[in-house]
Amino acid sequence: MRQVKVATITEEVARLSQESNYYLDQELKDFFIQAKEEEESPTAQAVFAQLLENASIAGEEEVPLCQDTGTTVVFVELGQEVQLVGGNLEEAINEGVSQGYTQGYLRKSMVEDPAGKRKNTGDNTPAIIHSKIVPGDKVKLTIAPKGGGSENMSQIKMLKPADGAAGVKDFVVKTVVEAGPNPCPPVIVGVGIGGNFEKSALLAKEALLLPLNKEGVERDMPELEDEILKEINNSGVGPQGFGGRTTALAVNIKTHPCHIASLPVAVNINCHAARHRSVVL
Amino acid sequence: MAKKISTPLTEETITGLKAGDKVLLSGTIYTARDAAHERLVKLLESGEELPFDLAGAVIYYVGPAPAKPGYVIGPAGPTTSYRMDPYTPAMLEGGLKGMIGKGSRSREVRDLLQEHKAIYFGAVGGAAALISSAIKEAEVIAYEDLGTEAIRRLQVKDFPLVVVNDCKGGDLYEQGREKYRISSN
Repeated sequence: MRQVKVATITEEVARLSQESNYYLDQELKDFFIQAKEEEESPTAQAVFAQLLENASIAGEEEVPLCQDTGTTVVFVELGQEVQLVGGNLEEAINEGVSQGYTQGYLRKSMVEDPAGKRKNTGDNTPAIIHSKIVPGDKVKLTIAPKGGGSENMSQIKMLKPADGAAGVKDFVVKTVVEAGPNPCPPVIVGVGIGGNFEKSALLAKEALLLPLNKEGVERDMPELEDEILKEINNSGVGPQGFGGRTTALAVNIKTHPCHIASLPVAVNINCHAARHRSVVL
Repeated sequence: MAKKISTPLTEETITGLKAGDKVLLSGTIYTARDAAHERLVKLLESGEELPFDLAGAVIYYVGPAPAKPGYVIGPAGPTTSYRMDPYTPAMLEGGLKGMIGKGSRSREVRDLLQEHKAIYFGAVGGAAALISSAIKEAEVIAYEDLGTEAIRRLQVKDFPLVVVNDCKGGDLYEQGREKYRISSN
């Protein structure tokens, strides 16, 4: 058994919480540059100019790209030949979030007693942790802070099998277009199809981590992704909802087998500040 | 070209703006989001004094990130405005003239903007680090216990905004979508 100290996990979670909030991925910057050129509307072009300038300031000054530094979503892929030592995994992750958000001047946005007093927990904990045991002797951590505005526009629906791909497409397009300016377009659309109620939601979240540039990437339903993206961008909603060609940057679908009676579909919308960073220990 | 305007917003300024106009706003504005609105509206309902003068005021829907040492304020982009819709009729009744946020307002709020000659501006969501450079002073003036949701008085200089809903029924979100929609048939 390979031993990994949980203190290392704390350190990495703290570091990745900060880095994911400060630095916009080059892949996203490239999408912004291209979209700015393709937009006809001066207002839409101005939005992309502001987003690019914002990313420069945030990166240079090491301040968050967006004040909403999110709920901290943490994916853990734990190799089954790894023994974690020195504490427990969940506490180690939450300690990392606490340190990262406090020392990194990130906003603390988590409240306890959600339908009651809504008291801020003070350090952005608890993180939402999804862990999976996988073969091997490595630990992969992915930190994906996610803002409230786009999460609020996400939806799930249990379709009938007869609704098929056309039903999926209608539901996804309607969800994104009706959300309009609220989730900070241009958005990235994560779609989970199949599994069951909770599995589809998790697939949709995981789909947000897939590469935006699809060249050479193995995709579950490439044609449907392309059709949905085209239809969303035909809506005219545009960047920030001000009108334009770029309402979504990408549609990413993940699928899973499901029950003969079901066709669950979850749509998780991510704002343009799609933040995630990974490390393998 | 962006129009330069300043607070407090006069009727002349507001009636001179239409949906889609780019503006650079300077002067004093106040921050408030969900929790602060709940408290403000309770005060308005019971006839008590507010922590700031609402007449002609502009409210920015924002919960800034903490300021690093040497900074006036942390990154401070807009939050989604529809959550403040339930409180907005009372705020407009109290004299509020301008709101800054992102995202669509309810039919009721849009109608009330016309009735009260008030205006709703959109800031670019997610441009928080850039926007904070337009904020020159920031001071918590009420509800410090709410942390990021406390009410702050901000002095802004050339805060880049777009008029979303003007006081004559113009709506940039509707107009923009209409203009750039491509029929799929």
